[in-house]
Amino acid sequence: MADAVPVQDTGAAPGALPPTKRGLELIMLAFATIVVTTALVLVELNQPQGLTRSVLYDGAAYLALFSAAHIAVRYLAPYADPLILPCVALLNGLGLVVIHRLDLADETTAASVGSPPPAGNLPHQIAWTALGLGLFVAVLAGVRDHRQLARYGYTCGLVGLGALALPGLLPAALSEVNGAKIWLRFGPLTIQPGEFAKILIMIFVAAFLVTKRDLFTTAGRSVLGMELPRARDLAPLLMAWGLSLAVLALEKDLGTSLLFFGIVLVLIYVATERASWLVIGLMFFLGGAVMSDLLFRHVHRRVTAWINPFADYDGAGYQMAQSLFGLGTGGVFGTGLGAGRPDLVPEAHTDFITAAIGEELGFVGLAAVLFIYLLVVMRGMRAALTVRDTFGKLLAAGLSFAIGLEVFIVVGGVTKLIPLTGLTAPFLAYGGSSLLANYILVALLLRISHAARAPAGASGPRKPVAPLAEARTEMVQRP
Amino acid sequence: MPELVLQLTRAGFLLLLWLFVVAALRIVRSDLFVASGLRASLPMSRRVARAERNRTPRQLVVTAGGLAGTRISLDGRPILIGRADDSTLVLDDDYASTRHARLGFQGGDWFVEDLGSTNGTYLDRAKVTGPTRVPPGVPIRIGKTVIELRS
Repeated sequence: MADAVPVQDTGAAPGALPPTKRGLELIMLAFATIVVTTALVLVELNQPQGLTRSVLYDGAAYLALFSAAHIAVRYLAPYADPLILPCVALLNGLGLVVIHRLDLADETTAASVGSPPPAGNLPHQIAWTALGLGLFVAVLAGVRDHRQLARYGYTCGLVGLGALALPGLLPAALSEVNGAKIWLRFGPLTIQPGEFAKILIMIFVAAFLVTKRDLFTTAGRSVLGMELPRARDLAPLLMAWGLSLAVLALEKDLGTSLLFFGIVLVLIYVATERASWLVIGLMFFLGGAVMSDLLFRHVHRRVTAWINPFADYDGAGYQMAQSLFGLGTGGVFGTGLGAGRPDLVPEAHTDFITAAIGEELGFVGLAAVLFIYLLVVMRGMRAALTVRDTFGKLLAAGLSFAIGLEVFIVVGGVTKLIPLTGLTAPFLAYGGSSLLANYILVALLLRISHAARAPAGASGPRKPVAPLAEARTEMVQRP
Repeated sequence: MPELVLQLTRAGFLLLLWLFVVAALRIVRSDLFVASGLRASLPMSRRVARAERNRTPRQLVVTAGGLAGTRISLDGRPILIGRADDSTLVLDDDYASTRHARLGFQGGDWFVEDLGSTNGTYLDRAKVTGPTRVPPGVPIRIGKTVIELRS
């Protein structure tokens, strides 16, 4: 091949490398440690047991765990976003403090009745946090370039669907806890495969949309100034809708079904930039919502408890009503950490942890927590905007939107804006599967933001490009 | 705990929590302008100011096509454009080749060269046959994608 004179790579860079901002991340992590340790001290001071020296060890352990994560990020994704990890660390730490606080309250209650103190939830959650951070480092180390995930799109989709469907198909003895069939039981260990399926399915949908995007942009009829897609192109969305309803019917899990449909819908919207998909999706959603209210008893019960929790105060509405009383007690500035009674709400450490925070830190504190979630979502969306490949854009948008939607569903449920669903607040609430899955999610987000912010050419090991005439014939895989 | 201390720590902790949010927002603000290319309203660093005077392009901007709005900051290393996975700008464009074009920096100017693509590379209206100097602001067409260099 008669090649033109190649452009020489002189290496005369007009500017130095952009800053990695890892120092800022470390400072913010230290700040998060201060906040969390202060919270722990306040909790202990407000309890009859008083302050113990274990506070110091806990603070040090927390700092050590997240410093390890920080060092891993420094080596594995040096250009990753500096804000995501500290925000996540603060949320996780606050969650640990509130869970500890609820454990103390349970101990006090047990002591006053005279029964032996119950086993606390805190040790488990700390173990899950350590495990989650380990997984976080493993994902950062294993996925060196997020684009390689696109190759496993269909595998991810299949495994994700399997994980989502498995608890629904297994007998109830193996998969049912508190009426929801979303668990897998291995002896004493229970995991929620749906949390992991969320990420796998997002990878699949993003990879699918990258290759089949044209399918979704084919114009159909124009109605009211909006281009509707053709009826036959609706099939993928219809499938997602059907699957969500199946999850709702088989596993009695309102939250996962809502989350799953929302993610698919938003990814299609992001890929096509057409609002008509959102309108169609919302209509599907409304249809599905009305239908499941009429068909499924467990959904109808939640809707009734949502419309008026005080109608059945001692029964279905009890949890909701207690949560509202808690939030009302907290008011604008809260009762102070450790000075309220958040343990009066059933399941305060999982589904209703935001109610506990709202009671003890008040509207101001809960707003700060929501703001920190918003920061994580915003930085994720920013990574989606700046990353240079379509798959990365879609995946980052999906991952960060998933966090936002999950927080909306949880806090909306707790504050009686929407019916209660049974999802848990990411990083904050007690729950191993949710914590592990969300750390994987954050690792992927950091990986993409590294690719987005790294200077061109620094994002991966560069292959030496041999001149074409001298190169050997080799099998090349299509991405 | 005495009531006064309780009230003080209560307010103090909320303040601390919001200080964290404010610190985070300051970081957000500090790099808000870096990637968006809006540099006019910020005090320029000396390095940026010198580059502006030399009229050296510092950014590659995709102005049309599937990746419209994408920016790559130029640091002197060559930029590979094509559908291949390891390209600097990975195009998702049916009219682009796997390795379509390359931008290289030499002697203070950027040059574009076509890497034997099927549909060719166009600098403004002219087809690129050999390495051609790319002045800032002149569109380079690759398939449906249009890119240009900006200072």
